[in-house]
Amino acid sequence: MKSAVVSQLLRVLVPDTRVWLQVCPWKVPAGFPSPAADYVYKSIDLNEHLIRNKEATFVFKVKGDSMTGVGINEGDELLVDRSIEARHGHIVIAILNGELTVKRLHQRGGVVKLIAENPRYPAIVLKDGQELMVWGVVTRNLPKSFC
Amino acid sequence: MTTAVQQLALVDCNNFYVSCERLFRPDLANVPMVVLSNNDGCVVSRSNEAKALGIKMGQPWFECKGLAEEHGILAFSSNYELYADLSNRVMQTLSNFSPSQEVYSIDECFVDLTGIPKLREVSYAMRARVGMWVGMPVCVGIGPTKTLAKLANHVAKKHPRSKGVFNYSALNPEQKARLLAQLPVEEVWGVGRKLTKRLALHGIQNVLDLREAHVPTLRAEFGVVMEKVQRELQEVACIKLEEVQADKQQIISSRSFGSMVTELPVLKDALSTFVANACAKLRAQGSHASVIQVFLQTNRFRKDLPQYMPSLAVPLPQPTNDTLEVNRWADYLCERMFRASYQYKKAGIMLSEISPVTHQQGDLLEPASVGNTRLMQALDSLNQRYGRGTVKVSTQGVYAQWQMRQERKSPCYTTRWEELPLV
Repeated sequence: MKSAVVSQLLRVLVPDTRVWLQVCPWKVPAGFPSPAADYVYKSIDLNEHLIRNKEATFVFKVKGDSMTGVGINEGDELLVDRSIEARHGHIVIAILNGELTVKRLHQRGGVVKLIAENPRYPAIVLKDGQELMVWGVVTRNLPKSFC
Repeated sequence: MTTAVQQLALVDCNNFYVSCERLFRPDLANVPMVVLSNNDGCVVSRSNEAKALGIKMGQPWFECKGLAEEHGILAFSSNYELYADLSNRVMQTLSNFSPSQEVYSIDECFVDLTGIPKLREVSYAMRARVGMWVGMPVCVGIGPTKTLAKLANHVAKKHPRSKGVFNYSALNPEQKARLLAQLPVEEVWGVGRKLTKRLALHGIQNVLDLREAHVPTLRAEFGVVMEKVQRELQEVACIKLEEVQADKQQIISSRSFGSMVTELPVLKDALSTFVANACAKLRAQGSHASVIQVFLQTNRFRKDLPQYMPSLAVPLPQPTNDTLEVNRWADYLCERMFRASYQYKKAGIMLSEISPVTHQQGDLLEPASVGNTRLMQALDSLNQRYGRGTVKVSTQGVYAQWQMRQERKSPCYTTRWEELPLV
């Protein structure tokens, strides 16, 4: 009932189209139908695999080279989940001087730092009384496609 | 066995459109800003800073220009694609708190919390979760009826001490009376400015006055609708939670043009876009329409120009939801009404006499099948998959002249790959 209400009022625009890839575990014969055809049991749903919480997941595009050390390059697409509590070691989208930036979160012994994964950029250490605002936690990187 | 008293929460997003615009623009956090209506005409959403500077809801933007320049107030065109997506996320997130929910508008919904203990804690949890997951600030008002829940939400919004949550049901009778006596009657759901004036003539100024008003007099003067409102204020639920939206009985699709239109082909172009939208809505709810009405309007604010506002309706030979079929009729009506030498500012279509597709009555004189169902299905699925307007009627959207002015629109951050936020 509930989902009926919502979808009727407003089109769901979260990545919601399912991509079904059949896992076909036998060789495809030319000529007569496979006897295994009745036993297709598995299909892969990329949305289900990549997105844990649809309502809280957003996609960002990477600009710049501050995270190349962990394979996040310019033009890559990042999945960001806002429902995950940011912890030490997470790659996060942080709010820095009014801008959104992707960095690794360091939170140890009362020290909070945003670390770039590129030796050319220094870590950003938060000063006393400065509050770190985390926008969301990066869960996946979708690098540029090969073709 | 006693049934629990109904407890409804009204959850309402704060300055919804402005909050949507701010989600991907943290630099705008404390900046005075507004969102404008279609064609950048009027203010439809204001940040608290803009409210404090005296910008009024619905105020034409050109009137605000002086104030805007003086204080650096930013204005955005409305970006409904972004707002609809964030609205879906908010509603879906809230749906996890209760088995029944009524999505009442793009930025508010009723959540049934009847029988759920610790209402305050649940309300703060709803607020916190929507804030964390979707980044949307909301206020929660709780009451035993829809009308009181809405009123409680108003209190939650207005009084900083409530921290965004107000539970009317938790008050004792004296507290309730004291609160209602402080609220002007126009804050009540369904009581507009006109009714407020008329109620004042009967000495009804605040909400308590309305709750305690003499019932027969109230009914005689204002009808049963007002009596319902009164009963709701007396904690007797009269307006039910509607979990499923009723199918629309009328579908209107119309718009003001970005600039004045004088030529017939441009008008037809606009109309065929309206027809396409309206028919897609019809098909989505599984119904068809029996009447189409087309209207054209010149700019009534331009007193210096000749005015012409014709409107024509025809019954369709067979009820239909076929874009091509309806488009032919829209074309025909437009041709009949069109007069050169006028400058048109607005046009639109209305489909009515809407019924489910299954109720089809045959016609003796007309061929039975009207419209091409499979073609329309293919059209809908292509447009759903690849975005609105991927496949369209050839007269649709050729001329840019009539299209909406949206000079200050933000990117569709969450719905288009080519407009993702950068990080």
